[in-house]
Formats: sequence, C-alpha cells, structure tokens
Amino acid sequence: MKRFVVFFALALMLVGVLAVHAQDPVELRITWYDDGNEGTVLRDILDRFEAENPDIRVVVDTVAYNTILEQLPLQVEAGEGPDMARVTNFDAFKGFYLDLRSYLEDTDYWEASFAPAVLAALRSGEDDADALYGFPNQFTVTGPYINRTLFEQAGIDVPSDSMDAVTWEEWTDAAKQVAEATGTQYAIAMDRSGHRFAGPAFSEGAILFADDGSVTIDTPGFRTMAELFVQWHTEGITPAEVWIGSGGSYAAAADYFINGQLVMYMAGSWQIGRFANDIGDAFDWEAVPNPSGPGGSTGMPGGTMMVAFAETEHPAEVARVMDYLVQVDNLKEFTERTLFIPAHLGLGELNFQTDVVAAQNALNVFAAEVPKLSDQAYELQFGGKAFAINNPIRDRLTQVLTGELSLEDALARAQQDVDDALAAASQ
Amino acid sequence: MATNSALQRRNKRAPGILQMVLSPVVSLLSALFQGVIYIIDFVMKPLQDRLGVRGMAYVFVLPNLLIFGIFILLPMLLNFYYAFTGGTQLFPQNRPFVGLDNLTTLFTCDNFLDPNSCRDDLFWRAVFNTLGYVTLQVGTMVVLSLITAMVLNAKIVARGFFRSVFFYPVLLSPVVVALIWKWILQQNGLLNGLLVSLGGESVSFLTNAAWAQTWVIVISVWAQMGFFTLILLAGLQSIPGEYYEAAAIDGASRWQSFRSVTLPLLMPTMLVVLVLALIRAVQVFDQVFPFTGGGPGTATQYMVQYIYQTGFANQTKEYGLAAAASLVMAMFLLILTTLQLRLGRSSDAA
Repeated sequence: MKRFVVFFALALMLVGVLAVHAQDPVELRITWYDDGNEGTVLRDILDRFEAENPDIRVVVDTVAYNTILEQLPLQVEAGEGPDMARVTNFDAFKGFYLDLRSYLEDTDYWEASFAPAVLAALRSGEDDADALYGFPNQFTVTGPYINRTLFEQAGIDVPSDSMDAVTWEEWTDAAKQVAEATGTQYAIAMDRSGHRFAGPAFSEGAILFADDGSVTIDTPGFRTMAELFVQWHTEGITPAEVWIGSGGSYAAAADYFINGQLVMYMAGSWQIGRFANDIGDAFDWEAVPNPSGPGGSTGMPGGTMMVAFAETEHPAEVARVMDYLVQVDNLKEFTERTLFIPAHLGLGELNFQTDVVAAQNALNVFAAEVPKLSDQAYELQFGGKAFAINNPIRDRLTQVLTGELSLEDALARAQQDVDDALAAASQ
Repeated sequence: MATNSALQRRNKRAPGILQMVLSPVVSLLSALFQGVIYIIDFVMKPLQDRLGVRGMAYVFVLPNLLIFGIFILLPMLLNFYYAFTGGTQLFPQNRPFVGLDNLTTLFTCDNFLDPNSCRDDLFWRAVFNTLGYVTLQVGTMVVLSLITAMVLNAKIVARGFFRSVFFYPVLLSPVVVALIWKWILQQNGLLNGLLVSLGGESVSFLTNAAWAQTWVIVISVWAQMGFFTLILLAGLQSIPGEYYEAAAIDGASRWQSFRSVTLPLLMPTMLVVLVLALIRAVQVFDQVFPFTGGGPGTATQYMVQYIYQTGFANQTKEYGLAAAASLVMAMFLLILTTLQLRLGRSSDAA
C-alpha cells in the first residue's frame, strides 16, 4: 500500500511537470534591425498576436544593421540562426529559407499581394520557382534630400524647382554654392554603399548587365559618376569620414544632414521616419527627384524582407506569425506608422501617421520615383548578383579616394572581384 | 601543542551555540567530501588496476588533451583542410577540393614588392602593412618600455603611483581603448575641437593614411607598454646591486654601467619581451578594427583583418582563401616562436 501511494504521488508529480511544460508557449525569435521606429511598431503588432495566440511567444532581437550583413548569414548557415529575420541581403540566405506554402492557409493571397519579382528575389532558381520564403514589409527607393533652409539662406534657387531634369553635376554645383554662401561644413554626401552609388551611376548611363547576364563594371556612365564622386572628395565638399574613415563597413551620412552640416544627402526613403523624428521642423528638409543623365533619372529599388529559416524547430508556428504580419491591417499599420513606401499591392489609401509635412511630401516624392526605376536597377537589386557587385564597387572606389589605386586600376580590380565572387559562389 | 591549547582557549570563549551550529555543518561537509572521495576511488581504482600506475598518468592528462584536441588541434586541422578547398559553402563536406589554387592566388605577383601587381592585392597590402606595423610598433614599444622600466626602477617620488599609472591601460579592454581614442581623434572629435578652439585647423587624423597608421602605433604602444615595462622592471630588479657597486668602484660612468652591466644582464628578459611583442604585433586586430576598421582605404588593414574580412565579413565568404592566408601567417608565427625557443635555450646555456 505504501509503495502504491509513493508511486501514485510520483506519477502525479510527473504529470504535473509535463502539464506545466505543455502550457509553456513556443518561443520564436526574430533577428531585427531598426532604421527608425519599426521595432516599436512590430512589437505592438506582435503583442496583439501573442494575446490572440497564447501558445506562441515571439522574442525580437534587435541588432545593428551590420550584424544582419556580416554575422547573420554565418549564424544561419551554421544552423544557429533565428526562426525569422528582417533582411536586405536576400542572396546571402538562399538555400536556407523555410518554404511556408505547406503551412499557409491562403498562398494565393501571398502571391497576389506582392510584385512577383520581389517574391522571386528570395528564390534560388527553377527548383523553387513557386516557393514562399517571406514577404517584403517595406519597399525603398534611393534618392537625395536637400536642406531647403540653407538654399533660402544662400539666396540660391533649388534647381528642381525650375527644371524638370537636373543632372548630378548641376546639383553638385548648386550644393557647393549653398555651402560656401552659408558657411555649411559640407555640400553633398552619399552613404558608403555600393547600392547607393549604383542609382546615380545608372542615371549617368552605366550599363552593368548585358543581355546575356554578364556583368561589366567599367562603362562610360559608371566612370562619369565615379569621377564626379572622386571630385567631391578632392574638393573637400563631402565628409571624408563617411567613405574614407569607415574601414570596410557600411556607413551612413545621415547625422551630418540631421545636424544641418550638409546641404544635399543621397540616401533613400527609409530615412523619412528618422528625419521626421530627429529633424522635425528644425529646418526645411525635403526629398527631391533623382538627378537625370544619359541613363534617365533612376534611383535603386530596395527594401527589407521578413523571412523564415528552414532550421526552425517550429515551422507551423513561424508560419502563423508570418501570416499574421502579412495581413492587410497589420502591414497597413506598419507602413503608416513607420512612414515607409508599402510593398503590399493592396493596402488602399494610406494615412501616414506624422504631423511633419516634410515627411508626407518626401513620401510622395519617393512614391513618384518608383515608376522611373530602370531595368538595370531592378536587375541589380533582384537579379541575384548584388552580393557580388555592391561591396567591390564600394571598397575599390574607397581605394581611389585614398590614393591607393587609380580609377583605372580600381575599375579593373572591381571587375576581378565581381568575377571571383560569382565564380566562388558557383562552385 | 600550542595549537591545541589555543583551541582549548577559544572553546572556552565560544561555548555552546556556535559549536552546536558548526558541528553538524562540519560533519556534513566531511561526509560529502568522503562521498566524493569514495566515488573517485570507485572509478579510479579499477582503472589503476587495469592500466597500472604509469597508465594512470594518461588518464589524468586526458581532460586537458581533450580540450586541446577539440579547441586547438581540430580547428588547426580544419583550417589546413579548408585551405585546399573552394566555394562559399561553410561545411567541409560541401566544399570542392581545389588543391593549391588558394595559395597560388595569394602568391601570384609580378613584383612581390608592389601589391598592385599581385593577383590578390589586398593580401599583400595587409602583409606590408603588418610588416610596417610590427617593425615600428615593436621597436618603439621595446625602447619606451626599457626607458620607463629604468625610470620606475630608480628611487623617484611616488614610484608606486607611477608604476600603477603605466600599467593601468593594460587592464582596459582593447575595444574600449579603440572607441575612446576614436572619439578623441575623429574629424569632429576632442582633439580637433581643441585645435580649432586654439585657432588651428582640424586635422584628418583618421582619414589620412599616414596619420591613421601613426595613431594606430601610438595607441597600441600606450595600451600595451605597461605589460612589457613590468617584465623589464622585474628583470632590472633581479640584477644584483653588487655589480653596480663594483662598476662604480672601477670608475664606470652611468652610461658605461648601463652598457656593461644592465644591458647584458637584462638581455634574456629583453629577448622574451621582444619575441612576445613581435608575436602580439603580428596578431594585431582587436584594437585596430574598432578604431579604424582597417581604413582609410586599406592603410591599417593587417593580416588578421584580411583573414576575417575574406572569410567572414565579405558578402562572398571565401573560407578557403582566408584559411590559406591563415596558414601563411601561422608559418610566420612558427618562425618567430622557434626563434624565441632557440634564443631562450642559448641564453639559458650562457
């Protein structure tokens, strides 16, 4: 009898322990980075999801953007990655995404809600031509911002006010005059990124991709932009620390613009939220159309994708989270509160939540840039070779700026780097 | 006997409660200890019976050997294997064998003195940057450490304080050192602010190659000098005072005393310092990477950073090329270590 009682008590304890564990929600992790308030908005949406789905808990690990570029690919490849992540370097994770189709109730909704080329950017080829690995939660366009207050103080007209097509050379001259007249530290700047450089290069007539898909760096248009960019540095009209003083990493020039030390800043639509928050109405800032040239007036498309990884132990739960985030109401809220251009094709009329008129205007300017994006720009962003092209352009141009290489040598080296990277990836 | 009487006196002063509390605790600990001993004995005795006393030596070495094998030997072997494979796949089984291709890529140069003529110019830039850094940094540091050690060995005011001051930077994390100096030296940093406020012009400390290389050396000397000063100070203090007295009686000047007494007797310590500093300088990375990121351009990109960038930070992760560069660096370090061992032996023999 005594033995039975002890056994019964032990069995009860075991059942109790198992029951407690059975009630433990499944914990999923998202690796995330912020440009502005996106993390806060995501958390609000996830809090609602968790309230409706008490069996799932989602932890958001916010990291620096460079971590997404440099460390996350290694983590994922080593099988130590998160369940989901917000990424911009789509190629780096190919082969490691989770195909969500078998877990989703309505895959047609996913297919119909986003541009096919964007969904295809996550796919490897014919073998996974219909796979659904994630969704774009933000579409971006690169383009310049200006500090209009400085133009007014200098008494110089903003070129795009009176001309439909303004070249990079004309903008450079205007920004330089404004900087000189107002005693502003720098006239013009661009983020340290091959992606950022590519738009202006395409506008100047660069043709990176031939019809057969081969890549050529050294074209007249590319040279023209590279020479102008080098000139910015030799004349000292751009903050040297952005490109020269940042080693081998991405660097933004946003702080110079926010602090009023910069007349014109080449960045992109993702900065609107930050500028609305950090500049507000401290001075008049606005986005202007991408400068024109022989290659048209194009920026670079881009954006971030929310993706799921195949290594997850809870694919069904991951799919539930992804499916929740992708719903119209949630994506609409995300877009309106973060001041992003939506990647979803059916969000309807948006009511961007900002009192800053400049932010509303900038969103309109960038939205108008979307139809002008060139085929070359789309090919670079979504064609599967960006991983091999953007960084060599950035790093070799930096070597020209420091005098380590001539432009001639830098272009030849960049071509070699691209060829090597593509060859290594195909092995 | 004295201990017993002391215990008796203590027992008289602390009767009753303390003893009552401590006694079961001591008993419990004793029982636990005996239990542990029993378990060890239970495992070890049959092992010893089987392997013999000599064989037990290997059993005791085994844990350390396992740690060494897993964390040092295995990565070394993997590094060796990766150096002869290509592609961008992480796991060894997915990587194609490419023979000597990676080493050929590294060593294809029209002129080895001109990085621009090399197939992998970045590797050779890193090699030359490292050689320049090692020469200047180690030379400067050994000389300054020696001078500092001699000053701190002399009878100066607040000697203990100054010894602490010079050693303090050694305790700081290299990343902290790098970030603090970066704030001081960047374009809108503290030093430029000071220069401008004094009517001067700001200087491109981190965007000019020569300045950046200089500051990297200055900062690393500042951060590491205390460690080597300490070793040299110990060496100086081990020189018997009688030698200096004998030299003084013979009429030797300070310089003669330094040259004929201090320097020869300090030489073994100097050699240790030199080789340790050399090995550390070749491995430079942790302090420079957060400080300059290898820039401007590639002016402060050294070999370890080249390996890191090639293998891990670039979007195309060329593990094979990075592993081949690691092998080259390992050979260089092997030569330095052999040199250290030989010098150590010859100084012992002397």
